[in-house]
Amino acid sequence: MTQSVWHASGYNAAQIRELAIFFGLLLTAIFLIVEVVALLVLRRRHRGIQQEPLEASHQPGSGTESKLRTVVGISTAVTVLILFGLTILSVSVGKAVTASVAPAGSLKVEVTGKQWWWAVRYASDDASRVLLTANEIHIPVGRPIAMKGEAEDVIHSFWVPSLQGKRDLIPGRTTQEWLQASQPGEYRGQCAEFCGLQHAHMAFWVIAEPADQFQAWFDHQLQPAVEPTDEETQRGRAIFLRSACSLCHAIRGTDAAAQVGPDLTHFGSRRTIAAGTLPNNKGNLAGWIADPQTIKPGTHMATVAIQSAEMQPLIDYLESLK
Amino acid sequence: MTPVIPEQHAHADTDTLRRTWRTKPGFIGWLSAVNHQDIGRRYIVTAFMFLLIGGIEALLMRLQLAKPENTFLSAGRYNQIFTLHGTTMMFLFAVPVMEGMGIYLVPLMIGTRNVAFPRLNAFGYWMYLAGGLFLYGCAFFNMIPDAGWFAYPPLSGPQFSPGKGVDAWAQMITFTEVSALCVAVELIVTILKMRAPGMSLNRMPMFCWSMLVQSFMIIFAMPAVMIASTVFLLNDRTLGTHFVNPAEGGDPLLYQHAFWFFGHPEVYIIFLPALGMVSSILETHTRRRIFGYPALVLSLVGNGFIAFGLWVHHMFATGLPQIGEAYFTAASMMIAITSGVQIFCWLATMWSGRLHATAAVHFVFGFLFIFVMGGMTGVMLASIPLDLQAHDTFFVVAHFHYVLIGGALFPLFGGFHYWFPKFTGRKIDETLGKVSFWILFVGFNTTFFPMHWLGLVGMTRRVYTYIPGLGWDYANLTATIGAFLILLGGLTFIANVLRSRRFGERAGNDPWQGSTLEWEAQSPPEPYNFPNLPVVTSRTPLWTPVSERPIVIGMREDRREVLITKVLDAEPHHRSVQPPPTLWPLLTALGFGIGLAGSIFAFNWYYLASLLGMIGLIGWFWPRRPLEVEQ
Repeated sequence: MTQSVWHASGYNAAQIRELAIFFGLLLTAIFLIVEVVALLVLRRRHRGIQQEPLEASHQPGSGTESKLRTVVGISTAVTVLILFGLTILSVSVGKAVTASVAPAGSLKVEVTGKQWWWAVRYASDDASRVLLTANEIHIPVGRPIAMKGEAEDVIHSFWVPSLQGKRDLIPGRTTQEWLQASQPGEYRGQCAEFCGLQHAHMAFWVIAEPADQFQAWFDHQLQPAVEPTDEETQRGRAIFLRSACSLCHAIRGTDAAAQVGPDLTHFGSRRTIAAGTLPNNKGNLAGWIADPQTIKPGTHMATVAIQSAEMQPLIDYLESLK
Repeated sequence: MTPVIPEQHAHADTDTLRRTWRTKPGFIGWLSAVNHQDIGRRYIVTAFMFLLIGGIEALLMRLQLAKPENTFLSAGRYNQIFTLHGTTMMFLFAVPVMEGMGIYLVPLMIGTRNVAFPRLNAFGYWMYLAGGLFLYGCAFFNMIPDAGWFAYPPLSGPQFSPGKGVDAWAQMITFTEVSALCVAVELIVTILKMRAPGMSLNRMPMFCWSMLVQSFMIIFAMPAVMIASTVFLLNDRTLGTHFVNPAEGGDPLLYQHAFWFFGHPEVYIIFLPALGMVSSILETHTRRRIFGYPALVLSLVGNGFIAFGLWVHHMFATGLPQIGEAYFTAASMMIAITSGVQIFCWLATMWSGRLHATAAVHFVFGFLFIFVMGGMTGVMLASIPLDLQAHDTFFVVAHFHYVLIGGALFPLFGGFHYWFPKFTGRKIDETLGKVSFWILFVGFNTTFFPMHWLGLVGMTRRVYTYIPGLGWDYANLTATIGAFLILLGGLTFIANVLRSRRFGERAGNDPWQGSTLEWEAQSPPEPYNFPNLPVVTSRTPLWTPVSERPIVIGMREDRREVLITKVLDAEPHHRSVQPPPTLWPLLTALGFGIGLAGSIFAFNWYYLASLLGMIGLIGWFWPRRPLEVEQ
């Protein structure tokens, strides 16, 4: 799993990583110089006795003092110059990397942080090409993505370290940033601003794919949910629709259209459930539906009473929603 | 051992002085103490208790994070504990302990008998104690805040944090903020108006300079947190206002601005006194006057100003306009200049002096290592692109523990070893002191160094658990092991303090041949500090030969007289008589305390607070006899 500043992919994260390495090396060198001087001072402490008649005057001779003044003065001047340079460097790199306006031709993606999952919306002028999904963001490699962030309840922070720095999602405001992946890959992200009980379990995935694969994924996701083919999954759909599930979740192509919880239209195609908490498979899904409060204490996912005989068809149906 | 009274004090009537200045015996006497030594000692002891509590909370967190998907603590409990940990360390330990050191040491260092407003001083302490007891009293009844120590709304608002925990948090800040303001006013007036004759501002010890700058910072910073935590948050929660409620047109970012306008200077409020301690320790231990006194003073003042100009670097991720962000990057970088100058001056002092590597100096070297590293990561965090990656991760956790523990706790421990003979009359065991230093130093770096790495490989802060497979496991385990080393070091330190207090070698007035006036007083100091007030003729008064040290005579010994001097040159101006010990500050604090504590449950308690507080103040200020005599 990659959730690391070092594992940078794409323009923004790579620029930041280079800047971090430059800062890191330079500052480590300065740190080492200061510490070496400190250790030299420690070694010198017995020699000071011969050099200056300190006990009487408590002040070294004027020659020593003026030498020290020169050294301290030069060190200060060098410090000022280095910090000035670092400021200029940082601001100039930051201008491009952290700009809120994306370059032209970008794909517009809107993320809404909610306790404790991510609603994702692919914006489009054509209403039939607006896509709603959750906790998994597919992007085409090489194309800038204009991210728009909002929050429904409390402040969250959108962070995929391999692609870009954080952007807070603040209720009542819209924040923006842009990012770009340079290689195909699966990048993990996580909420970075403390947002309550399950802050630790608010992850998501960004899947970067070549443009044609992305397009295929996108077109497929625009489709309504697949029709159940066998009896078992048909029963599963019926159970979903008549139980409390459909009060919160939407499955396009069925009567379930609620927007309280994540959209489940293509749930079976996602890698994880409960916002990156568990790998998506039938066993985990059964556990999650049966007892969400054990897996993610405090989650707003309701514990829905599903009879044990009904669990299997329900799971089969949900996992069939590829 | 009979006290050694230098020849020039032979004519002082120390018996009368002692009778005039002593704290009354008995429990009531103890409660009515107004002497700066009593109050300072209480601040320090209470703050160390809270350090212990905060430390235990830290250990619990480290245990929970020792392995992935640990179930030692529940999510809710973990969130409460990290909130309490941050709150305790910032508000109930770090600031009060520095204030305690200031209250104890400043009057001794500037050669006076007490702080300017003794009753206000006592009141400040009782408010602080009440605040601490209030927070943990609420915790005892399971009203525990869980929105983090900076309690961002809307999460901390009434909708997402129901219950009384966050109210208790916000009201506790009211208590500590009143206390901090009392001490600030206290120290500013004491330092500016009560210095020994001859101690012009340019002869003032560095520690007093640091307390002076710190006190001014408190006066400017505390109102901001009052606006954030009381006006915005507590009113939103208890009175139904909507200052920071986005659903009703309020703005959560407004809270962040107000909070960090306090929150960033707060770090310097904690850390400036520590810088003063480093200067004091080094001057005495190198046997030379501190190098670059004017540069050090200007750097402190510079730190004080710049600290107010960089709060936004806590908010880079909120997406503010870029031009503003560039300004705050520059300001954040700039503070490294004033901090750097001080490091250079200390290195120069040690280079040209005759360094004695006592336990106190060990802690100073620990400071030089840890704090400088924290400073370097601070420069990285000033850069917006880097900050956007490191913000709210364990990298930041590592950074601020490096600057706060390295920058404030290590110098504080050094200072504690240095002034221990003054506090107790006995020397602290040097060997055990050095042992505790090494355990703390190794433990600290084992705990916090891996966190830099953890942050960069994606571990966000304030997570109660994490999934395996992200490469975080070993670094977390290492950090947990380090935390227990810190515990061991802390226990060694406590053992050393307790043992040396009983069995340590008698120290005498001046075990280090120190340079500043506190070493002229007895160890521990008599309640009147000095038999005759000293007159100062140089920046290092105790390194002036005794024959060239005049004293002040003509002060009355049968009442609590202090000498008021002029702000710049400390020329004697008049004598002022201080009020005797009294219970009223305690009763006033109790009255306000009951009212403020009750007010988180019902608004009517504010009336009670006003009423009881008013009664307290009437008793406190009941006229007695003329307090001032013209000279």
